[in-house]
Amino acid sequence: MGDPRWLHPGAWWAWALGLAAGASRTTNPLILLLLIGAAAVVVQARRPDAPWARSFAMFVRLGIVVVVVRVLVQIVLGTSLGPTVLVHLPGLTLPTWLAGLRLGGDVTAESLLPAVYDGLRLATILICIGAANSLASPTRLLKSVPAALYELGVSVVVALTFTPQLVADVDRLRATRRLRGRATSGLTAIAGAAVPVLEGALERSVTLAAAMDSRGYGRRGDTPTARRRMSAGLLLGGLVAAAIGAYGLVSADSPALLGLPMLAVGVLAATAGTVLAGRGSVRTRYRPDPWRAPEWLVALAGAFVATSLAAAAWSDVSGLQAPVSPPGWPSLPVVAIVAAIVAATPALTAPALPAGATAARVERRTPLQAAA
Amino acid sequence: MIRFEHVTITYPGQTRPVLVDVDLRIPEGELVLVVGRTGSGKTTLLRAINGLVPHFTGGTLAGRVIVDGRDTATHPPRELADLVGVVPQDPMSGFVTDTVEDELAYGMECLGLAPDVMRRRVEETLDLLSLADLRSRPLATLSGGQRQRVAIGAVLTSHPRVLVLDEPTSALDPGAAEEVLAALQRLVHDLGVTVVMSEHRLERVVQYADQVIVVPGDGQPLRAGVPRDIMNSAPIAPPVVELGRLAGWQPLPLSVRDARRAAGPLRDLLVGRTPHLRPVPTKRRALVQTDALSVRYGATPALRSISTEVGEGEIVALMGRNGAGKSTLLNAIVGLGPRVGGSVRVGGRDPRGLTGPDLIHAVGLVPQEPGDLLEATTVADECRAADRDAGCEPGTARALLALMAPAIEDGTHPRDLSEGQRLLLALCVILAARPPLLLLDEPTRGLDYPTKAKFARLLVDLAEAGHAIVLATHDVELVAEAADRVVILADGEIVADGPTLDVVTSSPMFAPQVAKILSPATWLTVDQVSAALADSSDEPDEAAG
Repeated sequence: MGDPRWLHPGAWWAWALGLAAGASRTTNPLILLLLIGAAAVVVQARRPDAPWARSFAMFVRLGIVVVVVRVLVQIVLGTSLGPTVLVHLPGLTLPTWLAGLRLGGDVTAESLLPAVYDGLRLATILICIGAANSLASPTRLLKSVPAALYELGVSVVVALTFTPQLVADVDRLRATRRLRGRATSGLTAIAGAAVPVLEGALERSVTLAAAMDSRGYGRRGDTPTARRRMSAGLLLGGLVAAAIGAYGLVSADSPALLGLPMLAVGVLAATAGTVLAGRGSVRTRYRPDPWRAPEWLVALAGAFVATSLAAAAWSDVSGLQAPVSPPGWPSLPVVAIVAAIVAATPALTAPALPAGATAARVERRTPLQAAA
Repeated sequence: MIRFEHVTITYPGQTRPVLVDVDLRIPEGELVLVVGRTGSGKTTLLRAINGLVPHFTGGTLAGRVIVDGRDTATHPPRELADLVGVVPQDPMSGFVTDTVEDELAYGMECLGLAPDVMRRRVEETLDLLSLADLRSRPLATLSGGQRQRVAIGAVLTSHPRVLVLDEPTSALDPGAAEEVLAALQRLVHDLGVTVVMSEHRLERVVQYADQVIVVPGDGQPLRAGVPRDIMNSAPIAPPVVELGRLAGWQPLPLSVRDARRAAGPLRDLLVGRTPHLRPVPTKRRALVQTDALSVRYGATPALRSISTEVGEGEIVALMGRNGAGKSTLLNAIVGLGPRVGGSVRVGGRDPRGLTGPDLIHAVGLVPQEPGDLLEATTVADECRAADRDAGCEPGTARALLALMAPAIEDGTHPRDLSEGQRLLLALCVILAARPPLLLLDEPTRGLDYPTKAKFARLLVDLAEAGHAIVLATHDVELVAEAADRVVILADGEIVADGPTLDVVTSSPMFAPQVAKILSPATWLTVDQVSAALADSSDEPDEAAG
């Protein structure tokens, strides 16, 4: 555990992506719920008290929405298979010139369950991303971003920090509508507040941009243009290749060539580009987060979840896919239990947060304005 | 250090330049104060120093601006970052990172300083601005004065030789403003930093300045000089200067200390006289009553057991440091915020149960950002909407606005109005419903002296017409001008409540300048003194003895 300090944000992301990769290999709802549980335990234990750290609950809600939408789509548009009819809905088959789609009709357990499981899998992946979001400070992550990606990173981080501010603005302006004797809830209220909120956000971003410019953001060294172009090309090409490779690795039914080799080539090219660009950068770093034993433990926990579940899927361990036809209660393979326990270990292995990051007095925001 | 050579600045889409043929010279190590009305071009002048104008804002700059030998035409702001530090008006809007320590290091990271240099400078700056206890605090949890000091520290770590500040104390309570000004003083005196700042609240800063630059606006030529000469003839001046002019003191005092040394004869002359105060009806209906009101945000108590009342025709000032609970109290009176105990009665009813026209006919609140109230795209639309909301005759709000601010045109977008005009528009929108109780949250932030004086008279007129007014403010001079009663909040509790004269004269923090100069006699404003002198048909000149 060590002294209280911030864990390297890269370790949190490695852990969360590992969980997400693991989740993508299974449709067993028990395993998925275990993984969500593990993520929630870690977030609860190591979440700092900062605006960006409150997004976990939002991602959980988003996950629920995903499941509901997936099920609704199945009911309305999907074809029903199997004999176990749950509900009779009036059905309608569209004419062939409308692709012969079938709307509604009988809802069977055999077609509904896969939809629920599929939605849950997507929700789990989202929730894992949400966990990383609330555990790793976006600005600290920025410190570890290679110099070449720094300027791109800044725009992403600024956008990220503006979102909670935007939500606060909407709340404030909706409350303000009360002072004019207008509705404070419902669509009209949000629409009425939208224009001032967006105007405010625009003004703020212009101010921030001016402030950053006058503090030296974007100073260029004297790198020759040719080298700058080459490094940018390598970096971009490499990232695209890596993305395709990663897709090949995760997706079950893609040609073998797309997987590991593509990822390796991509990573190599991107690294070369980054190193090249980094040489021309003027920027230095103030107290970068170290990568020590706790970082390894957290990142390896994620890697373990990803590899163990992938290996299990590859060797056809029973229980990774929940039985849908005929519907049955899913079993829980041992490998999944182990993976979920390992997934929760960062709650203990990650160092505690420094004083001030959790016990800080939260700014008191009144509905109208922070206390004057 | 800074040279403006025949600088003329024109913004895109405008036919008339903001600044015409500015010729200025600011030597190293001076503290320069830039004053002028809202919209006169102060901010433009400040932003031209590091090239934000025109590199960032667009427009054209004729002539040359040279800072320590570097021409801003060939050096964009980022290439001047090691030389000029700029602190924006709202420090929070310029923060890039999320903790104090990281924010201090950000500028140095951009300049590419070595890690050990950065570490050393961060520690030095934490000490210089007394920020050491705050180093790992998230920026969002800091108070206004702390934020302002962090913003100054964040540009100081790059060791700039020029520091540019845009109204550094206008949003701060008197105590926090003192803190910031003390820090700036130290930079000028100990480190030889050249400081250029704009400020509306002259009473806070004029005594520290080495040079004052007046930006008159409308393209008229700038005037620059030592504060005493400029103040002798300036149309806008802090109370200490006005009192000095009234009493004919020479040399003109700029600080309370200087004025007190000259004020002996005036004090003698005023013995036995009392200030003429606005009569407040003693038998009056209470428009708002709070009884043991408590508000809590999460685990943080914001108001603890507040019991008070405000009657018709009364102007009550709510004072206290940032975060003392002033805004919370105003919000609770209109029924906003989480009330955990006690009661609020507005015209005998609980405001939380009121909505729509019922609410706005009972109580009106102009929030800290008056623009928050405005949703329409033109002034005329806004006024029409206000009439509709209030269910009053069409044209009511527009007529009010024409009375208060005749210069505002129908087709203007509310965001294009000046700060003061926007405040008046919001006020008219609220007043259209004729609420007997009017609440104002920090109304004079960013207002210049003439606008503020007009606003103070307006408040008195409204009170004479029977409105009860509660204003939360840091502006001690406005309180002295307008308020009948002062309530001081600290940590969510009322610590003082009484007539303005009694409360402010006994407080070192909230006393206006005239009270400080003439204490132990209790006088609040220059107008009171001059009226008392005129009554006895004494010539003010004799007062100087």
